[in-house]
Amino acid sequence: MEVDTAVDEGRIAPEKYDNGAVAVRSSRNNNLLLNKKERENLRRVKEAHKAYGRGKKINLRNIKDKKLRSNLKSLEGKVQDATLKAKDVEILHEETPGFLEPEHELERTYRVRQEDIQENVAISTAKKRFELKLDQLGPYMCEYTRNGGDLLIAGRKGHVATMDWRTGKLGCEIQLNEIVRDVRWLHQNQFFAVAQKSNVYIYDRMGVEVHCLQKHRDVTHMEFLPYHFLLATLGTSGWLKYQDTSTGKLVTEIQTKLGPPVSATHNPHNAIMHVGHQNGTVTLWSPNSTEPLVKLLCHRGPVRSLAIDREGRYMVTGGQDQKMSVWDIRMFKEVSTYRMRKPLSSIAISETGLTATAWGTKSTIWKGLFDKNVSEQKHVSTPYMEWGGEGKQIDRLRWCPYEDVLGYGHDEGFSSIIIPGAGEANFDAFESNPFETKKQRQEGEVKSLLNKLQPEMIALNPNFVGNLDLRSQEQRQAEKDLDAPPEENVVEKVRNKARGKNSALKRYIRKQKKRNIIDDKKLKVEAEWEKIKSERQGKKAKNEEDYGVALSRFARPE
Amino acid sequence: MKIGALTRSTSAFQAPGTSTSKQPRNLDPALHPFERAREYTRALNAVKLERMFAQPFVAQLGRGHVDGVYTMAKDPKSLENFASGSGDGVVKVWELAGRKEIWHATAHENIIKGMCWTRDEKLLTCAADRSIKLFDPYNTESEAAPISTWLGSNAFTSLSHHRSRDSFAVSSNVVSIYDLEQHTASPEVLQWPNSVDTINGVSFNQIETSVLATCATDRSIILYDLRTSSPLGKTVLNFASNRIAWNPMEAFNFAVASEDHNVYIFDMRKIDRALNVLKDHVAAVMDVEFSPTGEELVTASYDRTVRLWNREKGHSRDIYHTKRMQRVFSAAWTPDSKFVLSGSDDGNIRIWRAQANKREGVKSTRQRQALEYNESLAERYQHMPEVRRIRRHRHVPKVIKKAGEIKGEELKSIKRREENERKHSRLKFEKRKAEREKVILAREK
Repeated sequence: MEVDTAVDEGRIAPEKYDNGAVAVRSSRNNNLLLNKKERENLRRVKEAHKAYGRGKKINLRNIKDKKLRSNLKSLEGKVQDATLKAKDVEILHEETPGFLEPEHELERTYRVRQEDIQENVAISTAKKRFELKLDQLGPYMCEYTRNGGDLLIAGRKGHVATMDWRTGKLGCEIQLNEIVRDVRWLHQNQFFAVAQKSNVYIYDRMGVEVHCLQKHRDVTHMEFLPYHFLLATLGTSGWLKYQDTSTGKLVTEIQTKLGPPVSATHNPHNAIMHVGHQNGTVTLWSPNSTEPLVKLLCHRGPVRSLAIDREGRYMVTGGQDQKMSVWDIRMFKEVSTYRMRKPLSSIAISETGLTATAWGTKSTIWKGLFDKNVSEQKHVSTPYMEWGGEGKQIDRLRWCPYEDVLGYGHDEGFSSIIIPGAGEANFDAFESNPFETKKQRQEGEVKSLLNKLQPEMIALNPNFVGNLDLRSQEQRQAEKDLDAPPEENVVEKVRNKARGKNSALKRYIRKQKKRNIIDDKKLKVEAEWEKIKSERQGKKAKNEEDYGVALSRFARPE
Repeated sequence: MKIGALTRSTSAFQAPGTSTSKQPRNLDPALHPFERAREYTRALNAVKLERMFAQPFVAQLGRGHVDGVYTMAKDPKSLENFASGSGDGVVKVWELAGRKEIWHATAHENIIKGMCWTRDEKLLTCAADRSIKLFDPYNTESEAAPISTWLGSNAFTSLSHHRSRDSFAVSSNVVSIYDLEQHTASPEVLQWPNSVDTINGVSFNQIETSVLATCATDRSIILYDLRTSSPLGKTVLNFASNRIAWNPMEAFNFAVASEDHNVYIFDMRKIDRALNVLKDHVAAVMDVEFSPTGEELVTASYDRTVRLWNREKGHSRDIYHTKRMQRVFSAAWTPDSKFVLSGSDDGNIRIWRAQANKREGVKSTRQRQALEYNESLAERYQHMPEVRRIRRHRHVPKVIKKAGEIKGEELKSIKRREENERKHSRLKFEKRKAEREKVILAREK
């Protein structure tokens, strides 16, 4: 409360009058006149709206229709109620996020070693730091499932393995004897896709080859869109292909026309593919357009790596030009740029907004590169944590969902380290549940298939679905039936039919007069004739004014 | 340095030895992407399910009648008993729960036109053989002789019982009010002074009990007041009407089933325009009834379909038909307004669900919640083209669809002709008449 009043006083800067009156600048500052309880209530509503609100309220004053107005009013009431209740229910959240806080100004969080953390956290958490020594078939890639339960690692020389990393139980281990360029889990831990030498293959949890996607050639990058059940692949030829993994249909093939891609990721907020190219641009793709939705020049040189935060607000890119930039992808504006010592080979953003970057054998974790709650993003000077420097070339890093764990795939295998404050503390079991039972997993699969989103619903603004189409009827019809003949222009037709000097329209009118029938066609022609006549009159008057009455007849016709 | 990291134990989320697991929620929008698109997909699924489960036909009653079912009468004191009368003069009383016949009698020589239950649960029937008979189906054997008989001078067409007094109205070319207590007394006759045509339907208002409405082949609707024994007014429509039904919840509203394929709802206090015109049938509407809630209507039509209507909407919300159902002459709601009965020319009495996709029976809380959720989803996204299309889609027999199309063409051409006339005559200076006002041809006091 104290903070609130302080802010208010600062904002108003009351002018003093002789009689002691205070000027009220705007109605918003009325809350000076409110009592403490009302002010607190207002603040509660404001906070709830900020965290759980769904955009601005509808202005009811402009609505003339009484029924609509009352309907919308009750709807607004319901929304407000739901927002407040959602805020109140926060009290039921059981977990608190992890933290790493210096106790005095000489302490630095980036000096904290993994050993220190392991000493200070619970045994079960300390166990989450482990190393897999696989120095023969590397470098390794790593991927976690959406609920963070399973880990998929793949060596470049064809060694692919899955495991339940918490218990250390191996799921399957296969040797493909072929180059592996990328791996991805599909919607659950039951299937995964591997981009191999020439094709993409899908394996089940036992490591049995289920499908060979022959349309996807020489794939270097893959992304899986879990809500749409789409596997997006990018090959060396620059083709972006979307494959529906629930129906097996190839949805679209798009030519990026920008050469082999360097990096790719998808925006978890709106399922748009972001592809980084050799020429420093990042292009945004949806399966519904053959052209990129946006082209963004991010770096002077290839875009080595990119990552997007879970709310789809910020993108972090790392280029060959040894720079890292943070982008606001709602406005496509650069927020800040950082100079690096080496090009970043991999970037990942955690659920709480920690950004992990890997460069060479080292890795840096940043905190506060972006913050959705402030309008001006600040430049971060010191990292949050650091790791590496032990000669392991890092290939890929990934955050484990709902855990304070960061996984590194490097040329000597796989390392899992603990980063306090990285994971979402309170998961929603109906969305993805790290502790799900077999039954829950099966039910969840059926539910998610029932609620599968169509590829047509992918757009920059994912909330366009369910909006009213406000285009006019003609426009909609025109867009609907492109083969329909265009509406004929009556005037044009009459003109073309009646050849001769400019009196074609007039002659038509003259002939029609005899019949004494007034129809739509005739009215249109007459209107056109009137228009021409008035134009001529105007032109004549103007010429007379310019050149005089006598000379106006020699004015140049247009 | 203060250090803390997330620690969750599996046993906290599923206690050892139990099969139930904790399912925490977090409503943070960041955890629930695509909420609008997912909700829309769920709404689409909900609407599809709604149509998948739409199976309106429940059963037919017993073996029906030998001839067409022309009239039905619900026992107002029972939830499950009702009577039906057929074209060969046979009356049957049915029990809905068991779907079986409990009583029958050959009451008349030919077509039974009207039936009604008295206040002491006896059955009144009237027929074209100029007689009215009173039976006691609950206390006598089947094929029992009537308790009493009244003879009239003309064929009777319709019957309606007073709500609180022991008297009933019966129509021929006049309306006669008989008193059940004074059996031999001659009836009180109500008549518009110069009208001679057959009265098709008569109906007592069940709330404003002394008000009586009739509709006749001379296209008139006449309201009578028993307190003064005189007509209140006469309204002439464009076409003759077949039946009049009062709204059981709003005493002053009544619906008229018209020969011109429409149903008109009027307010008796202000009959210069219809409250609503229900258009969808492609043949004469033979019967109409308000649901016990007064919110909905059911109509039976000569086009072999039964339609269900919302009182406030102009088009039907559902159409019921089967391959074997012939011209439908009577339709009724069951008193719990969950089912609809129809009696048709093929002699069968059919039970339909009032909500085609609803199922009776006890539901678990989860199932009920899911159904309610689906319902509100479908309502929320009802304006979306795909949802609307699926929701509105009905399979309609080819004949009726074709007839509807032809009717539409005809109406359009009439409209076009009128518009053309307007363009080139004095009419263009006059205001267009509302569709609801066009219904009324004339009014007399």
